[in-house]
Amino acid sequence: MSTFRTPLRRIEGLGAAKTGTTHFLRQRLTAVALVPLSVWFVASALAYVGAEQGAVAAFFAEPLNAILMALFLLAALYHMSLGLQVIIEDYVHQEGLKLAYIVLVRFVAWGTGAACGYALVKLALGTPI
Amino acid sequence: MDEEPHSPGPSIRSSGRVQTRPLSPHLQIYGWSITMAASITHRATGMALSGGVLLLAWWLIAAATGAEAYAVFVRVAAHPVGQIVLFGLLWSLAFHLLNGIRHLAWDLGYGFKVSTTRLTGALVYLFSVLLAAAAFAVGIMVRQGLGV
Repeated sequence: MSTFRTPLRRIEGLGAAKTGTTHFLRQRLTAVALVPLSVWFVASALAYVGAEQGAVAAFFAEPLNAILMALFLLAALYHMSLGLQVIIEDYVHQEGLKLAYIVLVRFVAWGTGAACGYALVKLALGTPI
Repeated sequence: MDEEPHSPGPSIRSSGRVQTRPLSPHLQIYGWSITMAASITHRATGMALSGGVLLLAWWLIAAATGAEAYAVFVRVAAHPVGQIVLFGLLWSLAFHLLNGIRHLAWDLGYGFKVSTTRLTGALVYLFSVLLAAAAFAVGIMVRQGLGV
């Protein structure tokens, strides 16, 4: 017998890590999305340096701007969660603490996303153009 | 007594025999190379940008709250400390973006020659500074154009 692994485990090809490459692929997918989105965000933000609140509100009242901002936030927060998780897994060796940090990162990401989402909806729908 | 995991030299195992296995030296043994620096800078800028996301949330929430809340954000952003933080974030984003593209090229199988990794690493540092400086300059010009 050359292997102790069952035929099912062998064809799944996942090894001891149990899961496949979901984390890796999502990190790359969000990275690719963030290349144009972050360039769009910085270019837009620079145009409104020192501007009045009304001007910024009018900017997000434009549907395309609100949608692009929502996509930018989603991709950035997801990418952040995945990236910080890898850093925590590399440097925190105590299992309980590691889990606690990863949960904290997820909570902060969801909380920030919810708060930004609310603000964005308010800006997008609440301001007359 | 506990063994020191990274000290080279003999260690006594349960068999009682002294074994001299080669152990890999720890980080401080190696000389710094541009590829190492770019790697750790990618992590550091990623962490900085995570903090930047919280400032972005403040900006967005302030804009949604009203003119007074937004004016507080603008005042803090215009303060010298705020300007230093914003420049740091701009550079962090520029570096993470350019080095991220370098990583994506590696994922596709390009640019693995040692001389190429050194060159692209140096280019990422150079262009991240230029890009951040250019963006910051544009920001200053926009602000002066508004007469703020």
